[in-house]
Amino acid sequence: MQRWQLGLIKAVVWAACLAPLAWLYLRIFHQIGGYVASPSIEILHTIGKTGLNLLLITLAVTPLRVLTGLNWLVRLRRLFGLFSFFYLSLHFSAFVWLDLGFRWRIIFAEIVLRPYLTIGMLALLLLIPLAVTSTRSMQRRLGRRWAQLHRLIYAIAILGVWHFWWHGKQTSNEPVVYAGILALLLGFRIWRGWQRRQRRQASG
Amino acid sequence: MTRKDNRIKPSEITPEDVYLNRRKLVAGAMAMGLLPGCQPDATAAAIPEGGEFGDLQPWAGSTSERSTPLEAASSFNNYYEFGTGKDDPARYADTLVTSPWSIEVTGEADRTGTYALEDILKPHALEERVYRLRCVERWSMVIPWVGFPMADLLKRFEPRSSARFVQFYTLADREQMPGLRSNILDWPYLEGLTIEEAMHPLTLAAVGMYGKVLPNQNGAPIRLVVPWKYGYKSAKSIVRISFTDERPRITTESRSEGGWTWQTAWNWYAGNEYGFYSNVNPNRAHPRWSQQVETRIDGTFPEPSIDTQLFNGYAEEVAHLYQGMDLIKNH
Repeated sequence: MQRWQLGLIKAVVWAACLAPLAWLYLRIFHQIGGYVASPSIEILHTIGKTGLNLLLITLAVTPLRVLTGLNWLVRLRRLFGLFSFFYLSLHFSAFVWLDLGFRWRIIFAEIVLRPYLTIGMLALLLLIPLAVTSTRSMQRRLGRRWAQLHRLIYAIAILGVWHFWWHGKQTSNEPVVYAGILALLLGFRIWRGWQRRQRRQASG
Repeated sequence: MTRKDNRIKPSEITPEDVYLNRRKLVAGAMAMGLLPGCQPDATAAAIPEGGEFGDLQPWAGSTSERSTPLEAASSFNNYYEFGTGKDDPARYADTLVTSPWSIEVTGEADRTGTYALEDILKPHALEERVYRLRCVERWSMVIPWVGFPMADLLKRFEPRSSARFVQFYTLADREQMPGLRSNILDWPYLEGLTIEEAMHPLTLAAVGMYGKVLPNQNGAPIRLVVPWKYGYKSAKSIVRISFTDERPRITTESRSEGGWTWQTAWNWYAGNEYGFYSNVNPNRAHPRWSQQVETRIDGTFPEPSIDTQLFNGYAEEVAHLYQGMDLIKNH
């Protein structure tokens, strides 16, 4: 792959990752694509779901790379991961600002008292070290431990989908779909790990 | 529970010429300003053909808070008979046929029977009341309703002293309501109040909002509005009112505590989340979220995040109904 080709692909990914934000803006402030009755609730939910989508897309990079042989896909992984962190941070900000109006006592109590908020908060906190160590220089500095640290993404994804599953009345089957996709993505890793072990035994 | 056939018998239909004449009379009287609809004995309320109610008497108790835009109040709804998404009712409720409409009155009352909506409305004077509406999901609106006190209607059925509770049933017709295919609730939607709550002067029978006929997604043609309770208590599109001496089952109590034959819709769904009383109470958290704060949908951005008040700010008017009652236990 040429350098310019990758650059172009990255530009498209940037645009695609920012599109949900632009779409939200157009809907809320310009009534394009339908009227939004409650901007706060719409923002909270749309942004949270976008963050979760990007988290699953990040996890889909490796399976896609293996299945298609398109190795350059891995060079987009950090971008997806950081955008996921960006949206989930915005989601938390919306919760603190739009949902609870900076009432810190209630915010703190809510995070402690409601299990779905506790696990959501935990997922976001666990993402911070991954975002901080996402640069190439950190990757080099941490060496083997970098890969170990970044395996946290599996736990984070489980917590994220779990948070989504628990967050409201069980009126939609969307969380089930998310859980199914996550199961496939994690199942792929388990299957590959098992394959690798088989190969090692065969050759050893 | 099976629902009786509530189609109107031919004998119950008001002959068309009588009915048209009545409308002409009302319209004419309104045009001449003879029917200001505000005097207690002003009569002949009806669903206006043009969709707009004439001059409505402003009610003295109306809140002066900024009203929710009609566009928001009619596009962000919980009306599960049309789907569980907030925009489903606005999208699908046009299949609801609101005329002809009748209400069946049953139970502990002397004048039970099936009444045409026209006859139900006729003797009442419509007023505009701006109420706060607090949803259990932690958002709220301010809505100018058009209606009349439910007590005035219920009294006409002459409830007996044995009538301790009043049940309100929403229409459940699979042909008009796609949401009924889901079994998320135990259809028909049933809500209920104690007779004292149902007769309280704040409890409204609403036929309109924002000076217009109720949009279908808001519970046309006639609905209940109980402003000090979470929104789901205010049953929409009422087809049956029943007076009963039997108390409702409350899921959180043990099965041995009998004496009930019925249960309200959301209490059936999750008893620890949605109680029978369902009074707005910031001190009683929903198991999954605090009820101390609410997002006021008022057309601005960001919407104000405001402190929820006990009984949704109507404590002065209704607190006496619950004197000595543990409001956490009896949530």
